[in-house]
Amino acid sequence: MSTAVNAAAKPAKRLTRGRLIWRRFLRNKVAVVGAVGIMFLVGLTLFGQYFLYWKFDDIDTNAFLTPPDSAHLLGTTQAGRDVLALTVRGLGKSLLIGFLVAIISTSLSAMVGASAAYLGGWYEKAMLWIIDLILVVPSFFLIAVATKGAPEGESSWLILVVLLAAFAWPLSARVVRSLTLSIREREYVLAAKFMGISPFRIIVRHILPNASSLLIIDATLGVGYAILSETGLSYFGFGVQAPDTSLGTLIGEGANMATSFPWIFLGPATILVFLVMCVNAIGDGLRDALDPNSASGGQA
Amino acid sequence: MSNVQPLKNRKTQAGDTVLSVTDLHVTFPSEAGQVRAVRGLSFDLAAGETLAIVGESGSGKSVTSLAVMGLHPPTTKITGSIKLHGEELLGRSDEEMSKIRGRDLAMVFQDPLSALTPVYTVGDQIVEAIQAHYEISKAKAWQRAIELLDLVGIPNPQTRVKSFPFEFSGGMRQRVMIAMAIANDPDVIIADEPTTALDVTIQAQVLEVLKTAQKETGAAIIMITHDLGIVAGMSERVVVMYAGRPVETGTVDDIFYTPRMPYTVGLLGTVPRLDQASDGALPVLEGNPPSVVDLPPGCPFAPRCPAVIDRCLTAEPELVTTTSVDHQAACYRLDELAGISHAELFPAPELSASDLAEVPREQRPVVLELKGLERHYPLMKGAIYRHQIGTVHAVDGIDLDIREGETLGLVGESGCGKTTTLMEILNLAKPTGGAIEVLGQNTATLNRRERKALRRNLQVVFQDPMASLDPRMPIFDIIAEPMGVHGYSKDEIEKRVRELLQLVGLEPAHSDRYPQHFSGGQRQRIGIARALSLEPKVMVLDEPVSALDVSIQAGVINLLDDLQRKLGLSYLFVAHDLAVIRHIADRVAVMYLGSIVEIGDVDAVYENPRHPYTQALLSAIPIPDPQTERSRNRIMLSGDLPSPSDPPSGCKFRTRCFLHQTLSEPEKARCIGELPQLVAKGSDHRVACHFSDRASQ
Repeated sequence: MSTAVNAAAKPAKRLTRGRLIWRRFLRNKVAVVGAVGIMFLVGLTLFGQYFLYWKFDDIDTNAFLTPPDSAHLLGTTQAGRDVLALTVRGLGKSLLIGFLVAIISTSLSAMVGASAAYLGGWYEKAMLWIIDLILVVPSFFLIAVATKGAPEGESSWLILVVLLAAFAWPLSARVVRSLTLSIREREYVLAAKFMGISPFRIIVRHILPNASSLLIIDATLGVGYAILSETGLSYFGFGVQAPDTSLGTLIGEGANMATSFPWIFLGPATILVFLVMCVNAIGDGLRDALDPNSASGGQA
Repeated sequence: MSNVQPLKNRKTQAGDTVLSVTDLHVTFPSEAGQVRAVRGLSFDLAAGETLAIVGESGSGKSVTSLAVMGLHPPTTKITGSIKLHGEELLGRSDEEMSKIRGRDLAMVFQDPLSALTPVYTVGDQIVEAIQAHYEISKAKAWQRAIELLDLVGIPNPQTRVKSFPFEFSGGMRQRVMIAMAIANDPDVIIADEPTTALDVTIQAQVLEVLKTAQKETGAAIIMITHDLGIVAGMSERVVVMYAGRPVETGTVDDIFYTPRMPYTVGLLGTVPRLDQASDGALPVLEGNPPSVVDLPPGCPFAPRCPAVIDRCLTAEPELVTTTSVDHQAACYRLDELAGISHAELFPAPELSASDLAEVPREQRPVVLELKGLERHYPLMKGAIYRHQIGTVHAVDGIDLDIREGETLGLVGESGCGKTTTLMEILNLAKPTGGAIEVLGQNTATLNRRERKALRRNLQVVFQDPMASLDPRMPIFDIIAEPMGVHGYSKDEIEKRVRELLQLVGLEPAHSDRYPQHFSGGQRQRIGIARALSLEPKVMVLDEPVSALDVSIQAGVINLLDDLQRKLGLSYLFVAHDLAVIRHIADRVAVMYLGSIVEIGDVDAVYENPRHPYTQALLSAIPIPDPQTERSRNRIMLSGDLPSPSDPPSGCKFRTRCFLHQTLSEPEKARCIGELPQLVAKGSDHRVACHFSDRASQ
């Protein structure tokens, strides 16, 4: 490794692991653009409504299904609602659902998969049994039934999040488990064990970072999965309920009329594609920042 | 040995040049730039001759062999000339090379595990190798396969020819590889580290087979190795490579007795010797081999060379003939440095003084004691109804003790239970039988808190410096980790990591780099720093230098030696390299199949081994001295280590014991019926053999 010799441009202060990863992340320009994109989307959902003339539940009785014009920048729906306002509102819900589901399900699969493989024994057997059980249950119907029977109200979408996450983790937990089975045999894990580090800390400090490439891909795909699953459920009338809306609802609604009235569909779909691309860019950047073998090394 | 009929008439007579390589340059593209792996290699190989190419990793020796075989990746740029029987090989298509490979040029690879296809019998694979080049009937080819297996010393070749590779041990597989390599009477066999993956006793067998094969077929051998002992024993001529360039060539005696290039001098001096007792430090070649991506002008060895002058930094020296005709070396100062010894050129560094040196062993406290340690694993079978069908006796009753400030070497072949013993000690749990006492505390009675507290005093350094450091952590975090667990404050940790890095000879400013930015030797130093961070009393060293290059190894051994003197550490040093053990250990224990067969003071055991196994082990180690190698009488052990799930009755070694063969029937019965105990044969020397008095002749 020739880089070991090259110590010319050395900062005097040692960089901590966190700062090192941050620096490496910033080196990846695409990832930074992705992060800025996500921040823009979050800003849009938080403050967008104050800049828009139309509220999402306003009905313009003069404009049903009008194409984009100066009054309605993205046109209106069949019910006379402003597509731009709906998209901004729906984006907020979808962002929340997507990120929450991805984070919860990936953390769950990481912890369950890694601990099952690392601890072994009865715990592993029990966990694998639960995983297999959830895998064979038809989750779509269970979620549908559960959201129907759940209490109505402002935060009923949170139940949706919990249910989506609960059914999303098992498959990747199995993958994490098999990865862990090989990682736990590495000597650095043994070394950590012989230092007297507790199993939980070994999993968090050594096993999961070394499985991080998989976890990051899992999480980035999870965001898209959650938003689209919610679309499916919303399409059948479960999930997010009217008059509240989500990107999934809008896309589902617009997809019916996509050929004749494309604007209802195009706005939310473009935002969704943009969102997923940003998430992927961040995921790639994070993966490279965490992996010292990647090309984003530079001098770090 | 059998009489294997030659398949073809040789194009060359003994003494003619069969392979001629001239000004070979091999360049690979890479992200970082052009990798100039080989830069100007020339040699002529005579028929029936053995040429050794020696060098450290990255010196271009394996690339050379791939280029000769035409097995390089298609992006490789090769210039120069490679002529077999006077015909140019470079520039031939892969199809044309396929006709030559296996017929005129054969190769024996390092890893016998992956070089055979697991789903075909070895007979099928040998037959395939023959029929690929010659129109002969299947029956005849099969017959030849049996003859070849017999030639390479596989017992019962008639039945074994139908076995699959997984049914063979590593050494047997390497024999099959050799059988396959000589199947078509090649003119040249390239052996790329053929014994590196094998145990020493098996290595001796395989080298012997290679010699026999050469004698039978008259092939020339190119032996690629980093082991100077093998070079001394096997080869007639030697090419020493450094950073892709031959730096010295000559006969084996020229290279070993009158080395001229400072690199060769240093390399020969830094190897610990099996046949010499040593106190003090090993001479060290400072620094690391350069990267061949971006070489500065001048001699590539100049940054590490103690005799460097200004001229060395401007242009690379050419190979020039020295005093004897076919001895060439590349150095500007050949004449000035003639006859210089490695001690003058590479003086051994001073070691710190030890406070414990004056205290006799008996008065030092015992820090680690094993009393009849046993570790058995159940052998389970069945998918639904799992039941025990046997027991693996991984460790079967071993006693040893380590006192403060001393090093105990633990040696033995792979599978003898060394690693299990280490893991039992490090787990600090209750063993199957017997007891482990660390600093006087019995591990069976510890509770969780006590166990964690005891871990501070017992730390480990692993074999593979790549695998033992978490690749995703900067080295500061790696070294700091144990201290974080044991409740050091942040400031303390910050200070101590700097101290530790300095202590093991690394730059504290590099603490925010990842392990991959360091070389193998530096990584092992990081591993040592981590183990030292809690100021342990006992360090368990599991083959800490075996993955390192020779010139790097000496530095790490010296560091361990020095740390022991400075900090009063005790080492349990596991290694398969008996020369390293001789250098660093005070006492040595020889393990065979889960038991200690001989234990005692290192000089007593090495100079006067009493157990037949120890004798065989010591005689199997090649010594980097051609004359000694030629005059040595090897004790060849037959066969492989028996399975620890079904050990022989009585003395476990009797199935492979050469002494056992010579005994009378009632004496043999004693070996079979009675397990020999360790008996004192000197002040600090105990042996487990019923007939050790006869063995010592």
